[in-house]
Parts: sequence; structure tokens; C-alpha cells
Amino acid sequence: MYPVIVEDIKKYYKKYSHKHKFLTLKSAFVKRTLFDDLEKDETFEALSGVDFKVEKGKTVSIIGENGSGKSTMLKLLAGISKPTSGNIITEGRISALIELGAGFHPEISGRENIFINGIILGLTKKRIQERYDDIVKFAELEEFIENPVKTYSSGMHMRLGFSIAINVDPDILLIDEVLAVGDASFVPKCLDKINEFKRRGKTIIFVSHDLSTVERISDEVIWLKEGKIEKQGYPKRITDAYLEYIGKKDEVKAGEKHKKEEADAAQNKEKRWGSKEIEISNLKMIDKSGKEKYIYESDEPFTIEFDVDAKQQEKDFVFGVGIYNSEGTLCYGSNTHIEDYKAALIEGKGKVKIHVQALHLINGTYFLDAAVHKRDGYPFDYHHFQYTFRVTSTFRDVGISRVYHDWEFSKNIRLQKDENL
Amino acid sequence: MIKKLKELLKYRQLIVTLVSRELKARYRGTVLGFLWSFANPLLLLLVYSVVFGVILPQSSGRIEDVHIKGINYSIFLFTGLLPWIWFASSMLDSANVLFVHGNLIKKIRFPIEVLPIMNVLTNMVHFLLGLPILVLFILFFGKDFSLTWWVFFFPVAVLVQFVFTMGLCFLVSALTVHFRDLRDILANLLTLWFFATPIIYPFMNPMVQEKKGFVTALLLNPMTHIIEAYQYTFFFGSLPHWKKIPVTLVVGLFLFYVGYLIFDRLRDTFVEEV
Repeated sequence: MYPVIVEDIKKYYKKYSHKHKFLTLKSAFVKRTLFDDLEKDETFEALSGVDFKVEKGKTVSIIGENGSGKSTMLKLLAGISKPTSGNIITEGRISALIELGAGFHPEISGRENIFINGIILGLTKKRIQERYDDIVKFAELEEFIENPVKTYSSGMHMRLGFSIAINVDPDILLIDEVLAVGDASFVPKCLDKINEFKRRGKTIIFVSHDLSTVERISDEVIWLKEGKIEKQGYPKRITDAYLEYIGKKDEVKAGEKHKKEEADAAQNKEKRWGSKEIEISNLKMIDKSGKEKYIYESDEPFTIEFDVDAKQQEKDFVFGVGIYNSEGTLCYGSNTHIEDYKAALIEGKGKVKIHVQALHLINGTYFLDAAVHKRDGYPFDYHHFQYTFRVTSTFRDVGISRVYHDWEFSKNIRLQKDENL
Repeated sequence: MIKKLKELLKYRQLIVTLVSRELKARYRGTVLGFLWSFANPLLLLLVYSVVFGVILPQSSGRIEDVHIKGINYSIFLFTGLLPWIWFASSMLDSANVLFVHGNLIKKIRFPIEVLPIMNVLTNMVHFLLGLPILVLFILFFGKDFSLTWWVFFFPVAVLVQFVFTMGLCFLVSALTVHFRDLRDILANLLTLWFFATPIIYPFMNPMVQEKKGFVTALLLNPMTHIIEAYQYTFFFGSLPHWKKIPVTLVVGLFLFYVGYLIFDRLRDTFVEEV
């Protein structure tokens, strides 16, 4: 049984150009352009032939880059807009969490808005009365429910909207990126609620950029690319393929970014300081085949190299590097002094290389520091937060650094390694 | 068409809720609150009474055995002004209603025709709230005349006006989405329309009747017959033009049909254009 069937959906949007806007009301009626189908060259194809079915009780996620047609697809499923061609067949009551609290009136109280919004979403007054306490409690708004909605914070607004929408008790739940605004304690609560829907055998279609949530809750993932289904199937397989694709795309961008950062570095005093008796330049990250690259797997070896130029003889110098994550936490830092290299002499131009066997860091964006200074800290040249690179990883482990490990279970505990990857 | 209208019945709770929300939210935060529903037409009445009763008193006179002078003129004016305000604000609001509630159209599956209906009904409630004031005025201040049994005929006028206004509002709300210029055109058009409807002067005024071309224009204006229906039932206590009412209703029904048809044809374009 398929409560959602999508057959060869195409959706064109009108491209905005004033040239084609009707000049007067009369010309629109005379030429009948208002009602006629649009010419192909005046349109933008948001979806070009999408087919899929969703089984009852399954959770399907739609992923893809911005502008790939995810939200359009969801709007079509919700019946908000109509496809240009193709069919959508749905069975059962649909609740769409596209924009939470879309019908709220700012001037009136939360309590009144619950009733109005509930009726807008298709509930009866009696039913809202029954669920009223649940709605308020879930939204954690007991204290504020009599205040006008315009005084609510965006988080409160979102919680109330979610709470009402979820209490519509739909057979099919459509969720667009709405969880992005929730705070750290409310999002897990929403996910719990979504899981409860799953257990009760409801069909869910989920649109998100948050791949770890996607993997956690879906039975199937559809990857949309430029209005077409690029890949579809087992969540992990699809998200990995998607990540790889994004990674490849980013690699080109990251290379360009690195060059720009280097150019900016010379000007930016906050990011670079020191007396410049010894100067660091031309920092690169090189993979094992000798190619410059700024995206690495967690267990991939690579080399950091940079040029040094000592304008005069120096006997006291230390080279150091540091790696920070995107929150600014120092993940690792070391220098030649800590590692017991005694400095003897530096003069003229040279090159320093640091061979990294493996980073053992988790997924994310990192900053790299490089510095040369005296043992007492007197800086010759300090490059702070000037270089970024990314670490990709097939696992979604959390923390800062990956602790290498293996699992072992006694015989009465049986787990199976997912080979579907 | 009939089928679609039947579907609308399903949304009556939604319509009722939205109308009461509009009414509640309208005066929220004002000191006088709901009293504004009464105060607004009264203040307007005061302005018009001074302008047309005191400064330019030519429009008054003796018609149908009732002196339309002084306070009687104010009452006459009020009788026509109240339904006109309902009509004019419905039209002006309908030019904006789809934009103001764009969120409902774009983010929720929502029966869009509910919005213009809500708008006309909300303004109708304001109109109905003004009626008791009119009745009180007639009872306490009316000189040489009072209410007659004809007053129970006024719901017919309300019905005809509702159908007529609704048809135009469907048309206006749908077309404004594509031609935003309509808003400004409408505001000016309504000013002209106001003076081309016997509200500040009685249709039977000799100065009006002298100009044959103008009389023809007035007769072709459906609002003339609607406003006159109120003036006769409340003020003159007779209904000599009863034949014109069904004709106006037919015109109204035709407009309603065309208006809804165009609204329905354009419905799918609203999501992208609003």
C-alpha cells in the first residue's frame, strides 16, 4: 500500500522578466495570456520528472543542495501548489510542517491562536479543546499562553506552531527544515515526537540538510539534484554518495579559498603578527600523492609544508602548528621545542614539512595555525586561524578526536555489521 | 460551480473563526476597543453632516412627505453611509487580503476563496453593529417620521448587497494579484462611485431629476438600488422601487458567478505571485 504516489512530476516556475508582464488588464484578457500555459523559454524548471512511491509507515527523507527542488516537492505534496504536469496521489490526512505558525495573528493571545490555527489546519473546535493542554504543555508555554503572540520569541513561536501541527494527528506528516530554529532541548523533543509517529505507523516525508538526523530517522533517502532524482535507496548509502559529491565540489572551492586566504593574510594584522625576522609563507597541505588538497578523510595521511625566510641569522627559534575546530577549541598543538628539537641556526630561505600520519579528528571544518617564535614566546611570525581545511568521515561519531577502537561482544549478544554501505 | 459552493459550506467554521479573529484583532491594543466600530461611522457622519447639511445645504429638501433637513438630513445620510462603508471597505480590503494573508496561501494548504469571503463578512459585521445606532437615531431624533414595518425588509437589501459585493471582491482580489495597479485605480474609482450613488443626496431630489443623463447613469448603477433599498426601508417607510431589487439581485448573481469563475481560474497562480 502506498499512501503517497508521485508520478512524473514536473513543475515550472515563471521567470520574472518585466518584458513579459502584461501591460494592461485589457491586453491580458485579449491575448488570454493570463490563462494560457507559459512558453517554455519563459520558465524555470524546478522539478523535471520526479517519480517515487512511499510505503505506508515508512519515513522518507529528501536531501539535496539548495535549489534542487526539495521544498517545491514538499509544497506539491502538501497540495499548496499544483504541479505543471504529472500526478500526485495521496491517501489520508496530511499535515505539513513547512512554516510553523504560518497563520498566527500577532495581536491576539497564544490561546486564541491555538484555536484559530487548529481550525485553519483542519481540526474541529472540540478536538482542539481536548488536546489544548497537551499542545500548551508540549510547547512549554504555560506561563505565556495568554500573552499576544507578537511578544513571543522566535523559539516560542516555533514551539507553539510545531505543537499545534503535530496535534493535527495526520496520516502523512511532511516536515521541511523546520527544526533548524529550535533550541538544544526542544529539537530532541521534536525528534521524539517524530519517532512516536513512526512507531504508530504514520508515513513521514522529511526534508533536511542535517544528514545525521536524516540517517537516524529515515527508511529511505531520495537525493534530488537539479530537479531530478539522482539517487534513491538505503539512507547511509545515499548520504555518503551525497557527501562525496559535495566534498568533490567543495574541494575545488576550498583550493580557491586557500589562495584567497593567503592573499588576505598579509593585510590582516589580527590574524598575523610578529617581528618578521623570520617569515612564514606559502603554506600548503599536500596529500600522499603530492597533490595540494584541503579535504581529508579522518585517517588519511598528509603533509603540511611552508616556506621560511630568515632575514638574518637566528639561533633561538621554534616552529609550531595548531589545529582548531570551528568552535575555536584547540584540538591539537605542538612545536619543535615541546618535541625536544634544539634550535641551532637558521639563515636564508628554507622549507618546513610536517608529515601527519592520520588526523583522527571527527567530521567538520578546522583551522590551522602555523608559527615561528623564540623559546620565550617572542613571535617572529604568527599565522592564526588563517587556513581552513575539512575533515570528512563516513562515521557520525561525536566529540573532538576519534578514539580508535574495536567492539567485541560475547556470544549471547548478537549484532550484525551493516554491510549495505 | 454549485459543487464548489457546497464545498464552501464545509469551511464555515473556518470562516467564522477567521472573521472573529479579524474582529478581535482589529481593535486590540486601542483604548476604546470595540467601541470604535460605533465611533468610526458616527465621526464620519458628523463630518458629512457639517459639510452637506450646514455648509452646502442644497441637497436637502422635502421628499415623500419627509423633510430632509437638519437632523433628518443627518439620519438620511447615515442610512446610506453605513452600507456604503461596508461596500467600500470590503472592496479596498479585498485588494490587499491575499497579500496580507500570503503566509496562509504559501505555507498551508488553504481554501483561498475563504479570504475574500472573510473580508466581506468582517466588514458586514461592522455594518450590522452600526445599525442599532441608526435605529436609535431615528427613534429619538427623527422629526415627523419614524420606523415602519418596512424595516423588516432590510435583510433583503443586505442579501443583495452581499452577493453583489462578494462577486466584485472575488474579482478584485484575484486580479490585484496580477495587476497591483488595481489598488490605486480602485481607491479613486470608489470616490467617484460614492458621489455617483444617491447617498449624500436623495435620488428624488429635483436638482438631480433635472439632469436626465445623470438619472440614467444612476439607474444603471446597482449600488443606487441597493442604497435606496436601505433608505426606503429605514427612512421613507415604503418601497416604491421593489421591481429594481430583483433585477439588481440578478446582476449581483451574475457578477458573483463571473467573479468566482475568474478567481477559481487564477487560484493556482496565487501561490507564486503573492
